[in-house]
Amino acid sequence: MGYVAVKGGTDAIHNSQELVEFYRLKNATTPLDVKQIRAQLRLAVDKVIGEGGLYAPEYAAIALKQAEGEVFEAAFILRAFRTTLQRRYYSETINTREMFVKRKISASFREIPGGQILGPTRDYTQRILDTSKAVETSEEVEKFLEVFESKINKDKLQSIKTFGKVIDLLKEEGLLKQVDKNEDQTLIDITREAIKFPAPRSARLQMLARAETGGLMAMGYSSMRGFGNVHPTVGELRYGNVPVRIKDPSGRIRYAGKIEVTEAEMISSVSAAKKNAIPKYTIGYGLCFGQNDTKVICMGILDTAMRSPDTSAPANDQEFVLYHTEGIESMGFTNHLKLPHYVTFQSGLKNIREAINRNGDKAAAAKPEEAQVQAY
Amino acid sequence: MVENKKYVNKYNFAFIDEATKKEIRRKLLKAVAIPGYQVPYSSPEMPISRGWGTGGLHVTLAIIGKEDIFKIIDQGSDASVNACNLREFVHMMTNVKTTFDTAEATLIQTRHRITEEELNENQIFIYQVPQPEPLRGVERYENKTRQMHGEADYAKMWVSLYESFVRHGDIMLGAGYPVKVNNRYIMAPSPIPKWDVPNLNFSKALHLYGAGREKRLYAIPPYTPVEPLEFEDVKFHTEDFKGTECYKTGYKKAFLDELYFDDGSKHFVINDSNFLDKLSENASAKQHSNKYIDQIEA
Amino acid sequence: MSRTDDNWLLTVRNLTKIYGEPNENTLDLTGPIFNSNICPETESIVACANINFDLYPGEVLGIVGESGSGKSTVVKLLYFDMEKSAGAAWLTPYNNGLANILDESNQKKRFIRNHLMGMVYQNPRDGLNFRFSSGGNIAEKLIMAGEMHVGNIRGRASDLLNKTEVPVLRMDDRPSSFSGGMQQRVQIAKAIANNPPLLFLDEVTTGLDVSVQAKVLDLIRELQQDLGIAMIVVSHDLSVIRMLTDRTIVMKNGRIVESGLTDQILQDPQHEYSQLLVSSLL
Repeated sequence: MGYVAVKGGTDAIHNSQELVEFYRLKNATTPLDVKQIRAQLRLAVDKVIGEGGLYAPEYAAIALKQAEGEVFEAAFILRAFRTTLQRRYYSETINTREMFVKRKISASFREIPGGQILGPTRDYTQRILDTSKAVETSEEVEKFLEVFESKINKDKLQSIKTFGKVIDLLKEEGLLKQVDKNEDQTLIDITREAIKFPAPRSARLQMLARAETGGLMAMGYSSMRGFGNVHPTVGELRYGNVPVRIKDPSGRIRYAGKIEVTEAEMISSVSAAKKNAIPKYTIGYGLCFGQNDTKVICMGILDTAMRSPDTSAPANDQEFVLYHTEGIESMGFTNHLKLPHYVTFQSGLKNIREAINRNGDKAAAAKPEEAQVQAY
Repeated sequence: MVENKKYVNKYNFAFIDEATKKEIRRKLLKAVAIPGYQVPYSSPEMPISRGWGTGGLHVTLAIIGKEDIFKIIDQGSDASVNACNLREFVHMMTNVKTTFDTAEATLIQTRHRITEEELNENQIFIYQVPQPEPLRGVERYENKTRQMHGEADYAKMWVSLYESFVRHGDIMLGAGYPVKVNNRYIMAPSPIPKWDVPNLNFSKALHLYGAGREKRLYAIPPYTPVEPLEFEDVKFHTEDFKGTECYKTGYKKAFLDELYFDDGSKHFVINDSNFLDKLSENASAKQHSNKYIDQIEA
Repeated sequence: MSRTDDNWLLTVRNLTKIYGEPNENTLDLTGPIFNSNICPETESIVACANINFDLYPGEVLGIVGESGSGKSTVVKLLYFDMEKSAGAAWLTPYNNGLANILDESNQKKRFIRNHLMGMVYQNPRDGLNFRFSSGGNIAEKLIMAGEMHVGNIRGRASDLLNKTEVPVLRMDDRPSSFSGGMQQRVQIAKAIANNPPLLFLDEVTTGLDVSVQAKVLDLIRELQQDLGIAMIVVSHDLSVIRMLTDRTIVMKNGRIVESGLTDQILQDPQHEYSQLLVSSLL
């Protein structure tokens, strides 16, 4: 008999939970150290904090371990954890011009103030499977770090610089489209309010910031390939630390710590609404926790796309993009099809059987001889 | 062994923080004040997947008290795996008494069925809702459906029912049949079978609906008119179980599940597990009565 | 069909639609004298301005002009497809003609559209829902007016399709499978479903084959005579105007340049633009 008929539902779940734990551990020689996940699976941790919407890399590492590396699950766990935390403050606006830059590039200009800093990136590596990583020893790790540090000339360390932005140059020259007064300056908090459409820009950017990277990638790609009209260039892409500040109850601004973010400013030209109006550039903005180039580039493309009046392209359609790139919701709903639906199905079955009967009656009325052959 | 002082799980009563509970309750009050109207709410994430009952949980956890007695069913059964999972979660977060007995419960959370046993004025019935928008099938955009509800512009909905009748000889809607609440809003009652829809009309209990993923709450206060959409000459009717009966009890006047035994033979059994138990044990269970059920012979 | 000052059906005063940001000179710097709709100072576009006319019950009024004259704009404003920039309109069957229908709420405007107006667009896709059957399209109008009996709905839909010479057998088919002429006929059937006192026809035969045009025009004329509906017929084609209308308004660059009895305008046009139009009548 089915698993419902017997009152063993609870037992079934418990057994299944134990099995999952068994699968997680059966081939484990040593338990994974959460610190190692944090350190050596850095980019998975970054994805989890980005999609979980909570800057807590240590907890993200635990979630990854708990979820056996399934990033959707881990982000989900982190989001749920976030709900249990009390919101005490809103931070002051982060100014990425203050960023301690680890990576800074621009595709729009050959040379930019401060230079093109590649930083830590796999962009120009060859994706050849490196089997030596399978037999790495701690001695080799220590040796590598030693040699690397020895190459840093401690006498030549300059004071930490911050860098102006490429878009500031465009602004000075008057090339940037003025911020539209009507383009909502309303700030809503999507974790406190349900989004309604058309959504203000602050809501759209928040949703993009914690959207699922793969979903954003598909939508951004579609826009570039012709299912859209955004033709962007990377104005600037930065990765590094930014300080976070909050206002204490007495009104003083306090430094709360620093977080790592990746930021992209995508430049596109906008067709002018009026004849003879001067064409300008518009900026599509992207920002997320941790290091994730793909996400912020696609955020920038979609930020611009969703401001286009032509909604025939899926990437330009706010409701389409924002509802369906929300990772936790889409994973939940697609998977919910696994839940029993037999009552719903039974209802539908009745309708179809009756409709077939009605057709059979009609056929019988029309051709009595043939109807007798038509037995189900 | 180092004592785990750093990573300690601490939870508020009923898991959700008090500020969020307040928000949900305020929105529920608004929903009760405007029967059938969808109220947007923050819908915080839960440790349960979206689409698996977060909305129903939000409502339950926002209103549950230490003295409540909690029942939860899925497809009519207390023993369904997802119901078991959610029951454990609610119990773990509140330590509240749980039960399988419909008459004993004060809060009943459900996925896609109303109990066969009649509800009373002391009970709150809480629905898990996948799609709160009854017009979504005829209009895909949220900003348009919002306007349609605001202006009571339901023409497209009615035409789709007309087209269904014209094409198939009947309105081919099954579970989740749309209803008109308090003569104003068209509402999605969640995918309950047509069998259950008449029991919403002038019900003694309070019905609360939570759509977590879509972030909407709505409600039907007690003793509210709730009418399934029908034409003057093409009427709503419940599922027809004529010629079948529950193989365990012989009962014919309840919603029945279709089962296939290992030998391939087909049988029917009462879907509502607690109602089935009570009938099997000859215990008393007062069933919902409505004009559709009353026409069926026992 | 007698006209007196009190029995008007529709009165329109100062109907104006401007796109962009006009200034105080915009209206003075545009119009037929300047041969332009575009304000040289602000680049705003005057689609129509200072439109005044009256329509009497059962009367057929034509609005003729080239593309850009503003004739379609007038009708779109009156049917609430667009928001006005200025002006007022009163409709006797609505609130005894005391309320400016252009200022009413969305819900009231929908009531007026459903019960008191019909509209036939040049493009059937604007007037019909191609996801519904042709009967379903007519049903929509009837349901919006409160008819909830499927038998009655289908009966009335058959009658209307008969009247507009659409084969009743196709009532349950979607309009996408119909010819252009038949789609227009379904639109007409839908527009008159609730016996509205006022019907708008916006270039309804433009784009159809000439023989089909003639048939549709005949149909409209018959319906008008049978049902006595007041109509506003928009066309760039004077022969359509000649065939259907009692009175005519000639528009150019968003303004009325001449108005009067259709026969008189055709025989003895006063304004040079009307003369141009009449002389090019084949």
